[in-house]
Amino acid sequence: MTETEKQLLKIIADMEGEPKGAYNIRANGALRARATTNNIDIRTKEDKPGIDIIIKSGTKGETVHIPVIIEATGLNDLVYNDFIIGDDVDVTIIAGCGIHNAGHMESRHDGIHAFFIGKNSNVKYVEKHYGEGDGTGGKNMNPTTIVNLGEGSHMEMETTQIKGIDSTSRVTKATVGKDASLVIKEKIMTHGTQNAETDFTVDLNGEGSSANVVSRSVAKDSSTQTFKSCVNGNNLCHGHTECDAIIMDNAKVNAIPQVNANHIDAALIHEAAIGKIAGEQLTKLMTLGLTEAEAEQEIISGFLK
Amino acid sequence: MLELKNICFSAPTDNGVKEILKDISLKIEDGFTAITGPNGGGKSTIAKIISGVYKPTSGKIFLDGVDITDYSVTERAKAGISFGFQTPVKFKGITVNDIIRIASGRDITVSDACDYLSQVGLCARDYIDREINASLSGGELKRIEIASVLARGTKVSIFDEPEAGIDLWSFGSLIKVFERMHEKIGGSIIIISHQERILDTADNIIVLSAGKLKAYGPKSEILPDLYDSMNNTCKVLSDSMKEVTV
Repeated sequence: MTETEKQLLKIIADMEGEPKGAYNIRANGALRARATTNNIDIRTKEDKPGIDIIIKSGTKGETVHIPVIIEATGLNDLVYNDFIIGDDVDVTIIAGCGIHNAGHMESRHDGIHAFFIGKNSNVKYVEKHYGEGDGTGGKNMNPTTIVNLGEGSHMEMETTQIKGIDSTSRVTKATVGKDASLVIKEKIMTHGTQNAETDFTVDLNGEGSSANVVSRSVAKDSSTQTFKSCVNGNNLCHGHTECDAIIMDNAKVNAIPQVNANHIDAALIHEAAIGKIAGEQLTKLMTLGLTEAEAEQEIISGFLK
Repeated sequence: MLELKNICFSAPTDNGVKEILKDISLKIEDGFTAITGPNGGGKSTIAKIISGVYKPTSGKIFLDGVDITDYSVTERAKAGISFGFQTPVKFKGITVNDIIRIASGRDITVSDACDYLSQVGLCARDYIDREINASLSGGELKRIEIASVLARGTKVSIFDEPEAGIDLWSFGSLIKVFERMHEKIGGSIIIISHQERILDTADNIIVLSAGKLKAYGPKSEILPDLYDSMNNTCKVLSDSMKEVTV
């Protein structure tokens, strides 16, 4: 493994050396390393690129790392990863993609992740996207996440686009079953002329289901962002969607939150706030000895923490 | 020592430009100095002029003989001026730990944070990871604001109405904070306040009224006159002041 690859793995999956538990490392469009456990199996798909991650019912306290790293310029990597998760499971899945593109052609990763989660399971999914490299070639990522959440299950998705991704279109579609709950926390920072679009659709189908979709983003320079979130309340349920963005320089941010109540007992809330950094926040930190630029950096890091 | 020479400050209002500070000249020595006077008299403005948040329209400010009039907020902070806001600023995501770390200028442990937070009656373990946002009460925010000034440990510290909103935490404890601060760091502690118990701890008192320096001197000289003038102005106000101070 090259030093760059090691560094990318550290940034996107907090991995140093071989991770504990099951893992599948994909580098430059091919399998680099894999490990399975008694409870977690990882199989290469036969009909299309990608893997099946199969987690047995009753699996508790295990983690799965499935990072993707790309160092080749001009690579267009498309994968389909399916997570088949049983009942009474408690696992953490750490995904993420890091691109180092030093060339002049586009490097792109489109990951299509589908989760099929059984009953009374608890899944934490952490995904970080990061791009670097001096080349003029684009570093683009277009993840699609499909979630089917079974009765009484809970899923928490934390997705972070740290920096360096030129273009991203993130699509998330979730179906939430009876007494199941979904929490999505998205963090995005764009700079330069980058463009980021996120599009969430959550169907609260089960009685007692709930969803909380929260996006925090910072748009710098001349970057553009579009946040779309649609929560459909189709039963007795609670839904909340929130977009909070800091806009800087010449950036543009669009927030389009939508809630649709299709049931008398659907309780839905949407919130969206876009604004520049408050002057008094900068002043306060400057009275503590920071320069304006340092104060701005602290406010952004805190906001996206 | 902090010195203000012929400080004037004007700001635009709906009815034209208003003079908020009118030719203020004074020297603030080490020790406790309280600034008091009626609302709208220019107390908060002078604090903002000293900390650099506002630029004076004319006049000069000196810190230990150095002209700091053109220093920015950051430069003044680095030169040794701290400012506890009357209304603490709320953030999104910035934690109590972050603010103490930034204020102290170094990475801090829970025990370091405890040194500052315990002085303002907060348990570091409960608060260090709390975000400085609306989930904290006004009193909690105010105490964290005071702790951030303590963590700086500079030679000049200005507190704008530090007692406002402080709940279930006695004035006595607040006064002890200032006393301990003075023992440890020395320097000038400038407190804007209306409260007699705070004024009573001051070495010197500045009275600002309608943007003018009405009186400045040792507490023993200023306080009696201050209460007399209050008795002469409005009976309702002086009665309510008595109730507060009893």
